[in-house]
Amino acid sequence: MSNPLVDMQKPEVIFCIGTNMTECHPVAATGLKKAISNGAKLIVADPRRIGLAELSHLYLPLRVGSDTALLLGMAHVIAREGLIDEDFIQNRTTGFDDFFEHISQWTPEWAETITGVPAKDIETAAMWYGASKKAAIYYTLGITEHICGVENVQSLCNLALMTGNIGREGTGINPMRGQNNIQGAGDSGALPNNYPGFQSVTDPMHQKKFKAAYGKEIDLEKGITKVTALELCGDSIHAMLIDGENTLLSDPDRKHCEHALRSLDHLVVIDIFLTETAELADVVLPATAWGETDGICTNTERRVQRMRAAVTPAGDAKPDWWIICEIAKRLGINGFDYDTPKPIFNELCRLSPIYAGLDWDRIENGVTETVNNQWPVPDKEHPGTPRLHEEEFVNGKGIFSNVHYRDPAETISDDFPVWLTTGRRLQSYHTRTQTGRAQGIDYLLPEESLEVNPTDIEKWQLTDGEWCKMSSARGSINIKVKATNRSPRGTVFASFSFADVPVNQLTGSGYDPITHTAELKVCPVRLEPL
Amino acid sequence: MTQKMYIDGIEVAFAEGETILEVAQRHQKEIPTLCYDPRLEPFGGCRLCIVALEDARNPVAACTTKATSEMVVTTTTDTIETLRKTLLEMVISENREVDVHPLRGYASYELASLKDKYGIDGTRITGTTSGTNKTDDNPFILRDYELCISCYRCVRVCAEQEGDHAINVMNRGFHTQITTEFDGLLKDSACTFCGQCIQTCPTGALADKKALRAVDAVSDSHLDKTRTICPYCGVGCSVDILTTDDKIVGIHPAMDGPANQGALCVKGQFAFDFVQHPDRLKTPLIRDMEGKLKETTWDKALDKAADGFRSVYEKHGRHSIYGIASGRAPSEAAYLMQKFIRAGFGTNYIDNCSRA
Repeated sequence: MSNPLVDMQKPEVIFCIGTNMTECHPVAATGLKKAISNGAKLIVADPRRIGLAELSHLYLPLRVGSDTALLLGMAHVIAREGLIDEDFIQNRTTGFDDFFEHISQWTPEWAETITGVPAKDIETAAMWYGASKKAAIYYTLGITEHICGVENVQSLCNLALMTGNIGREGTGINPMRGQNNIQGAGDSGALPNNYPGFQSVTDPMHQKKFKAAYGKEIDLEKGITKVTALELCGDSIHAMLIDGENTLLSDPDRKHCEHALRSLDHLVVIDIFLTETAELADVVLPATAWGETDGICTNTERRVQRMRAAVTPAGDAKPDWWIICEIAKRLGINGFDYDTPKPIFNELCRLSPIYAGLDWDRIENGVTETVNNQWPVPDKEHPGTPRLHEEEFVNGKGIFSNVHYRDPAETISDDFPVWLTTGRRLQSYHTRTQTGRAQGIDYLLPEESLEVNPTDIEKWQLTDGEWCKMSSARGSINIKVKATNRSPRGTVFASFSFADVPVNQLTGSGYDPITHTAELKVCPVRLEPL
Repeated sequence: MTQKMYIDGIEVAFAEGETILEVAQRHQKEIPTLCYDPRLEPFGGCRLCIVALEDARNPVAACTTKATSEMVVTTTTDTIETLRKTLLEMVISENREVDVHPLRGYASYELASLKDKYGIDGTRITGTTSGTNKTDDNPFILRDYELCISCYRCVRVCAEQEGDHAINVMNRGFHTQITTEFDGLLKDSACTFCGQCIQTCPTGALADKKALRAVDAVSDSHLDKTRTICPYCGVGCSVDILTTDDKIVGIHPAMDGPANQGALCVKGQFAFDFVQHPDRLKTPLIRDMEGKLKETTWDKALDKAADGFRSVYEKHGRHSIYGIASGRAPSEAAYLMQKFIRAGFGTNYIDNCSRA
């Protein structure tokens, strides 16, 4: 997030797109609810009539995968109506003239033909967002899990740049991270293109630094992504170490994924349960869980925080860091002699400019009146950075992107005439390895069901509460039908949480060519009564 | 703009818009309250926070009265203490019990501690108790309204903090009752089971059913608390894990958590017991000759893990090994995963689970 969570109560106009925040980040959503009760206007763009849509002042029910078109249409209106921030554009951005010309063709009327959202509503959204000096954008995987995830994000940046709605309180471009330490995993350099602290692996200065730090010659080019690695399993990838991911259920195209993992010569999985993925491993190593592990994590607003052990670990379970050290030492890899997590975190801080002012003890002490542990924290005296881009952008000027709309990887056809989109639900988390084992959660959500518009149920000869067969180009699953107006006509929704309804057997139609993020939000399917 | 006022004879500064209670609390004045939650709008329902103002005929509620320039406040006088004690005696006389188990909720001790502070033994004022328990089979929230004092903190936290408006008040006076629409079950209301009503309740009328499962294991005051961060989404809510004898029995929201200021959702509040679930992996497993996963020792498992990487490396070279780091484990794990791949094999063949 460019802005801190406390800023969520501050905007005058809130634009939420591709985020089911009341279910997936409920505590963050309370901030938006407060902003609304203070008079803020809420615009929600989502294919489904989610909880946020019910709270909104303007709901834009766009067709799945049409976000870029909607955002181009909005940019067109903002420019046409003269709602641009000329000072901001002049001082802090580059490429606006080309962009201005580029968007002149993408009218809201054109966007209506792609998105299904009435042109006048696109205009209203653009006018509200563009006219406000305190307008904030919030998004989640509904923006990124598309083949055009990069264009979607760039389109949102265009809106913020042209209106100057960034770098101030109550503004910004705010992606909500979905896991307790997914931000920290990226910060720590578990990426094929970045060393710790988002230092590019192709930059000679960083190459030199890490060669010296690790005493090892490291590839000068980027590594491959997880998606590519899974494709190459058995071909050129023959061994994997997976820490705490139920890849089989969480990733798209389960059959492909299972085949990939089975074709490895050697699979080692570190986890707290024998997940579907661990069951395929040659070696399964039991890790300590949350509540048993001391360590540090980073939240969605870049706040670095301390996690603490409260009870002794289950059985012989060991901390992840210990397990990795023991494997490394057996392979004769240098630099894995740690007794506690503290020196590991401090090494990460020493090597990462964004963490340079942090260390274990500072995080241990937490937030004070003068210390805020939101990165970047470039030196020990630095208080932390709640808000990014206040004076300048990291790379100098904000760059406008002349994006084009692209259709999803697969579009509906006679064989697969229905749009399936996937996500999470409030009461269950990911593949339910945790919430599925928490007493009481089943009372609220005992099983998965497919959300279908009542009119479609009738049209497709399905029955509310009965099972149906749902098929995509990659497979079929059986799932119970639930009638609800949350789903628009022609679009259905299911979560990927329940192992007995493995929705990710169907997904996996395509990937963003740059980020390799799967298009989990769009999958044409066919529904048949059972 | 800073202005000045006087509290118990001391000159203090305050900012425009602050209430007497806020200024007084900032200066360590102990003013009793039951309906006050600093996260919510002032309510003025319990009247315990009354203070005397110079030149005013009657005491005023400190929580709803804004501080004004040159205001002269006395936080305690014999008359005010008598009024407070009488109010408390009347409140307490309506309740079945006061000394409730600390597992009921974060603030559930508040009425009991005021009872002790004012030395109330419950004999001076007695009478009918108010409130009727609601049978609700949900696994999380106990609705023990015989302990309700109608402070409306639950109603207000649900509306103001959560924006859910799942509960409200029916009837008036002695028959006041907290309820959902159509007096039904929480499950059938707009309730999301975030548990905030439990944690703000000052009497334990709303209580944590899940934590109360451990009531026999927890002696009255012995509960350990460990500050940590919720294990679920990326908001990073601060929580206290409640433990007794090495067992996790419940979760309290951290009111000073920088990301959540005391708020939690159903997962963070109630979905903690996966940690000590019998399904947990307790020993390393390796695949045996028949292809089955079998329990083994750490030494054998780690040897096999390392041997496998070594032989693949020798046979196929360094670009045949890949690492996937977790977004759930702490950063030290992710850092070492990438170091394992980079320092071990000299490649950038590392990713994390955000790229689904």
